[in-house]
Amino acid sequence: MTAIAAPPDMVAAPPARRQQWIEQLAGLGFATPAFLLLLLTNLAPLAALAFLSFTNYELGALDFAFVGLKNFGTALHDPVIRRSIANTLLYVAIVVPGGVLISLFVAILIHRRTRTRGIYEVIYFLPVTSTLIAMATMWQFLLHPNLGPINRALKLIGLSEVPFLSEPRLVIPTLAAIGIWQLIGFNMVLFLAGLSAIPRDLYEAADIDGASHPVDRFLKVTWPMLGPTTMFVTVTTFITAFKIFDTVAVMTHGGPMGSSEVLLYAIYLEGFQYFHMSYAATLTLIFLAFTLVFSVMQTVVLDRRVHY
Amino acid sequence: MSAIGLAHPSAPVASRLRRLVSLTLIHTALIAGAVFMLLPFVFMLSSAIKPPGEIFEATFRLWPRQFYALQNFQSALTTAPLLRFLLNGFIVCGGILVVQLLVAIPCAYALAKLKFPGRPLLFALVLLGLCIPVQAPSLPLYIAFAQLGILNTYLSMMMPFFLSVFAIFLFRQFFKSYPDEIIQAARLDGVGEFEIVWRIVVPSAWPAIAAFSVFSVVAHWNDLYWPLIVVSDTKLATPPLGMMYFADSEIGSNYGALSAGATIITAPLVVAFLIARRRFIAGITMTGIK
Repeated sequence: MTAIAAPPDMVAAPPARRQQWIEQLAGLGFATPAFLLLLLTNLAPLAALAFLSFTNYELGALDFAFVGLKNFGTALHDPVIRRSIANTLLYVAIVVPGGVLISLFVAILIHRRTRTRGIYEVIYFLPVTSTLIAMATMWQFLLHPNLGPINRALKLIGLSEVPFLSEPRLVIPTLAAIGIWQLIGFNMVLFLAGLSAIPRDLYEAADIDGASHPVDRFLKVTWPMLGPTTMFVTVTTFITAFKIFDTVAVMTHGGPMGSSEVLLYAIYLEGFQYFHMSYAATLTLIFLAFTLVFSVMQTVVLDRRVHY
Repeated sequence: MSAIGLAHPSAPVASRLRRLVSLTLIHTALIAGAVFMLLPFVFMLSSAIKPPGEIFEATFRLWPRQFYALQNFQSALTTAPLLRFLLNGFIVCGGILVVQLLVAIPCAYALAKLKFPGRPLLFALVLLGLCIPVQAPSLPLYIAFAQLGILNTYLSMMMPFFLSVFAIFLFRQFFKSYPDEIIQAARLDGVGEFEIVWRIVVPSAWPAIAAFSVFSVVAHWNDLYWPLIVVSDTKLATPPLGMMYFADSEIGSNYGALSAGATIITAPLVVAFLIARRRFIAGITMTGIK
């Protein structure tokens, strides 16, 4: 830094090396806190998780033994876990197409509005910012078998009551509808950003080619151009849906008769209610295996997507 | 459109009619959707001002015959420490966000602009971290916190989130496009790297920081999973956890008070969103991840 005042022939070499030194030191100094925290809160716990899954450790136990793959075998034959995985996949199978297609549809309808766009954006985005636990309680009232306004309305128009949360076959679809309700705004905002990135002259070109019908315009221009956004939204929705927990914990507690048990809720019960640590660790690894493919896809897309 | 209009004299009327029909259809669909989106909010606000007898009346009415808001809010606030839950939410979200920024910003700058040993490895670890859901490390962290005796503390609620690999990733991306010449010029002026980060680069990264802050606060304000695990002391409950206690408690059957409680719990973030709508939406667009 003082080298600026030094004679010209001295400036080139030493300050460059000095600069290298400063960069290395500063770089290490800046990165160390993050690295240590990453190690402490992420990497070490993951290693511990893998380690635990091969043991029979329970919280509070003084001793533990290695049991090999026994936990994995138990999990594969555990009816609760099999049910939880099946229920989670059913939930995902409803929320992903529903949450992606509905929000795409809403985004396309909202995108062209000029005066009303703001108000629709606010309304559809509102559930994203509101605490899901509070709103889940409200959904529970709304869906109440005989007192709830929704069933009252159904009866009023001559339909029979629907036991949304007490009929085993209806629980997951009902929770999925609430899951979609919460996700639409989030996905819609991403689709709106994708839509505004489509150049207008593409539509004009499609018009000249004779594709002036809205469906043609959608298939020829919007859908292909939205490809990367759709892919990203789908992957993100999958990960979010797979992590369903809140509505189950508040509204159904896995019931009725285990029909809304899901994977993350099963992990929560095994690990933090029954303290079967090694078993819960095994279940967490199974959970990770399911999400990993999609998380990797998300990271790859994200790496390409975030450019300024 | 105009070309068609010239060819067929009757087209303007027809096209205007078609436009009217399509607009009607579009708004009908959007309003129907909006009703579904607003349903629980309307029900919540309406129940919060109704006396118990009116909430589940056969015909739903928006405004009660007897205005009961005062009683509902009062009984909500006296049975559960709702304001304390909100305060806990502010403390936890604020603490998490401050540490996240303090840790992630220098690291992201180092990854973007400084050559130091281990940089490729660190970036690979950041990408790896992005692939791991926050629920994955919770079990070992819980055991560690139990051993350390720090369950039921603010620290245990915040600690797992102090490092946001997503923040590092986002800021690195942002810092990379910062012009090197300005950094070099600052160095020649004798400005240290620490000051370059916090006084020169950070102010220009304001949009990214705001976007990340929105993302972080929304995520942690609404998070139930981790607080549910580490907190059993009602006094430390965050808004979602407090709401859960509240719904499970005796007053859970007093729907008016429960709705008033839900209103109080949801209000801060929703009001913030209504005030800073553009910031929120820009934040979600930029971060685009949950």
